[in-house]
Amino acid sequence: MVEAGRSPNIEIITNARLEALEGKPGQFLAKVHQAPRFINEDLCTACGMCTMYCPRPVVDTYNERLDITRAPHIDYAQAIPSSYYIDAKACLRVNYDTCNLCAQTCTAGAIDFSQKPKKLELNVGAVVLAPGFGKVDDEVLEKFGYGKYPDVLTSFEFERLTCASGPTEGHIVRPSDNKPPKKIAFLQCIGSRDETCGNGYCSSVCCMYAIKEASVAKEHEPDLEISIFFMDVRTMGKGFDEARKRAQEKYGINVIRARVPRVDQVDGKLALTWTTPDGEHHSGIFDMVVLSVGLESPEDAEIISKVADIELNHYDFCKTSVDSPLATTRDGVLVAGAFQGPKDIPESVTQASGAAAIASELLSDARNTETITVTFPEENVELEREEPRIGVFVCHCGVNIAGVVDVKAVRDYAGTLPGVVLYEDTLYSCSQDALKSIAEKIKENRLNRVVISACSPRTHEPLFQETLRSIGLNPALVEMANIRDQCAWVHAQEPEAATEKAKDLVRMAVAKARLLEPLDQPTVDVTPSALVLGGGAAGMASALSIADQGFKVVLVEKSKELGGNLKRLTWTLDGQDARKVLKDMVKKIKAHKNIEVLTEAKLESISGYVGNFTSTISRKGKTDMVNHGVMIIATGGREYKPKGYAYGDSPRVLTQLELEEKLSKGKSFLKNARNVVMIQCVGSRGEDMSHCSRLCCTQAVKNALKLKEVKPDLNIFVFYRDMRTYGFYEDLYREARKKGIHFIRYTPEKRPEVIKQARGIKVRAFDPILGDDLEIPASLVVLSTGIAPGENEELSKVVKAPLTSDGFFLEAHAKLRPVEVAVDGVYLCGLAHGPKSLEESIAQAKAAAAKAAIPLAKGKVAVAPIVSRVNQDACIGCGICESLCPFNAIRLEKAGKRKKAQTITASCKGCGICASHCPTLAISMGGFTDEAIMAQIHAFSPEGCKEE
Amino acid sequence: MAKSGSILVLGGGVAGVQTALDLSELGYYVYLVEKNASIGGVMAKLDKTFPTNDCSL
Repeated sequence: MVEAGRSPNIEIITNARLEALEGKPGQFLAKVHQAPRFINEDLCTACGMCTMYCPRPVVDTYNERLDITRAPHIDYAQAIPSSYYIDAKACLRVNYDTCNLCAQTCTAGAIDFSQKPKKLELNVGAVVLAPGFGKVDDEVLEKFGYGKYPDVLTSFEFERLTCASGPTEGHIVRPSDNKPPKKIAFLQCIGSRDETCGNGYCSSVCCMYAIKEASVAKEHEPDLEISIFFMDVRTMGKGFDEARKRAQEKYGINVIRARVPRVDQVDGKLALTWTTPDGEHHSGIFDMVVLSVGLESPEDAEIISKVADIELNHYDFCKTSVDSPLATTRDGVLVAGAFQGPKDIPESVTQASGAAAIASELLSDARNTETITVTFPEENVELEREEPRIGVFVCHCGVNIAGVVDVKAVRDYAGTLPGVVLYEDTLYSCSQDALKSIAEKIKENRLNRVVISACSPRTHEPLFQETLRSIGLNPALVEMANIRDQCAWVHAQEPEAATEKAKDLVRMAVAKARLLEPLDQPTVDVTPSALVLGGGAAGMASALSIADQGFKVVLVEKSKELGGNLKRLTWTLDGQDARKVLKDMVKKIKAHKNIEVLTEAKLESISGYVGNFTSTISRKGKTDMVNHGVMIIATGGREYKPKGYAYGDSPRVLTQLELEEKLSKGKSFLKNARNVVMIQCVGSRGEDMSHCSRLCCTQAVKNALKLKEVKPDLNIFVFYRDMRTYGFYEDLYREARKKGIHFIRYTPEKRPEVIKQARGIKVRAFDPILGDDLEIPASLVVLSTGIAPGENEELSKVVKAPLTSDGFFLEAHAKLRPVEVAVDGVYLCGLAHGPKSLEESIAQAKAAAAKAAIPLAKGKVAVAPIVSRVNQDACIGCGICESLCPFNAIRLEKAGKRKKAQTITASCKGCGICASHCPTLAISMGGFTDEAIMAQIHAFSPEGCKEE
Repeated sequence: MAKSGSILVLGGGVAGVQTALDLSELGYYVYLVEKNASIGGVMAKLDKTFPTNDCSL
């Protein structure tokens, strides 16, 4: 978010709405209405005086109406833009022309009541709609006592209660009496899977967020007793089932399978009654009830639909199709995030990148025609060479640090350290105005070393490095002392000791800062082409996108033809002909001038680094070398082959894909069929593989409906654990129930058995409603077998990209970098990443294509400056470093008579393994020289510091 | 008439911001149109995010 605020090529227009969209793809004219903020963004210093003096209270919507603020305010301290604004509806000056107090108190003169609404006309080539989601109507919530009983909260309100920056500073209290609750109930599916409120779909995220909120609450208050009431636990995301199990085991959260119909108040507490699947009635008293509200279409969905001239689906979300999930019904207008359908953050982020790829395909001719390039001033080498003049900035981080550590004492202590010429404290050093002020102070005081004593360099160092660059200092001259994560947060109970530790950390950072040296920031040219591994739906979609964005692609497929698992599908989940989707893709690939397809080919080895990879591809007994700048892993997954269930013993036992193949050839095989039994989670969720395969529930429902369609008198039984027909596919599940398909729950302790008889087969299973075993003679048994990882282990070793415990490729960060792997320049999509539907694979493939195209579009990549360096005189050529380097980034090269180690700078990740193992200390790390680290260690003792 | 190298992104939540960032890196100019006074959307209100319980800001 902060990055968006800093990018010169992103113009943020707040308080604004789209009013009209004229023209055609490539040449739209967008009319935007912007309401005034009444505070000049450039002048506002975010000091907060206006809020303090304003007499007009308004409800704080950022804090979900749980708190009060004033007409002029900022939503939260780190908000972008980092300027206050005036709530025009509440302001006395705007509405009644009185008051004007804020304007008189504002020392910066930022308050400007003369601002008028603006009409902007923007020429754009494409539009991406990402308006998010709306909230479930209060009317729906009132059925559960919301609005009537103060201790019934929505999950969004509860989120603010658990948040340290929220209205209660993270203390969970009952709104009715401000006392901590002992028993909390979470009610799932509020405003979701509920036709009575018009929301027949599943919101997909509430099961997981309820478990998260419950876990966070237990972390705050370990004695809390928490119960979650649900119908099906839908934690089908990657790693979600594991997180759920952890939460249940670690925190002892009760999960109760029941839908609570209403909430009553008894003696100031909340009474619930419910019925469990065994038919037993229960009741219980709780101190607080949290409603896990679903995600609705945005409030302004209809207006957007009208203005942008796009169609909505029957739930007022944006209408899309399985084969192009990010395209609206109007060319050149794309969609991403929850407006396309309820979804979680990783998927929203993935779709966002995917939409960017499509816009980039459309406008590749116009790339770089309207962007602004930032240039940094030349480095002031003279100043850098002078004696260290260190500035120390100690951050409050709101109350995150200042709530525990005595920030002013730490600041003053920093002033006593050798070399420190400036010491200051800042409220939020990462906010835009604070960065501006830090930059000015560095210039004014001619500082040449900077210590930021705040949070983690992992997240915030780049920000401060860029601040240094912007004023002509080498970015390596900043050092961070992490007094938040490693001090204030972990020692919250011992403020005095924490303050002392913060001083220690600052002293050590200053000692290191004295020895910091400027580092080179080399860039390397990029080979403008991509290698895509895997010719299934994901691989083809990403290859097409990169090729349409104007770059060459080599597509490597191990089998004889393109298509992968898509070849085995007959219908998509939205009823399209899957074979046509496949045919269209293959045709486009073959005709594309930028794509070269290598079938029956395999990646043998890869060397190089982002921008300059060289890969060896073996093909029909020959090997070829391919140079490429980036690579996408889209090697897919495979259908799990079941063990047991008489699979292979009887021709009547099939997998879902096998059934689909049979169905595609006609219905004659069903001629004498009476009963069809489907068994879910075969192999998945702990039977053989630990993960949930995500799509088998919907696939089973799709095929069950198809069977009913071709032979309506069939009896179909589906044995399941949790039906995970998330999102709009809940419609299919409802339709299946209406059509008389029987859904029977089983537990992993009592799995259905398939028994082979002299004639035919039968299925024996426990029916929890009857409380007894059922025996069903089956004409067909269909196993929902889930998705197993492909040959990932071998590839993982070749590429050096890690796998998850389930054998799928691990993304670099689940939310921030969902389609990148740990190796720079290598991206990930489709089933190689984890089980997902065709629609999700295509969206993810587009996302991988966007990320992969970034280095190609830039034409240059910056090499991380923290790399190892070998002192050639000290190196004895022992080769320990070469054998240990996980990135092949250090090699022995002939130097005269002997061999000496050499770093391949562009491949080096700066991990330091080589330096720490070098027996002659010949290797040093940029930014972490032995001298600097030793100085830091010596400074741990205050005496050590003085000796320096 | 030539195509425009600018793109309008409607909505400044996590999806809109990510789209804008990627497009700017891909060589396009972005107008990020947000109905509220600050970007960040709902994600900025979340304390932690599943499944890894990271901070959301």
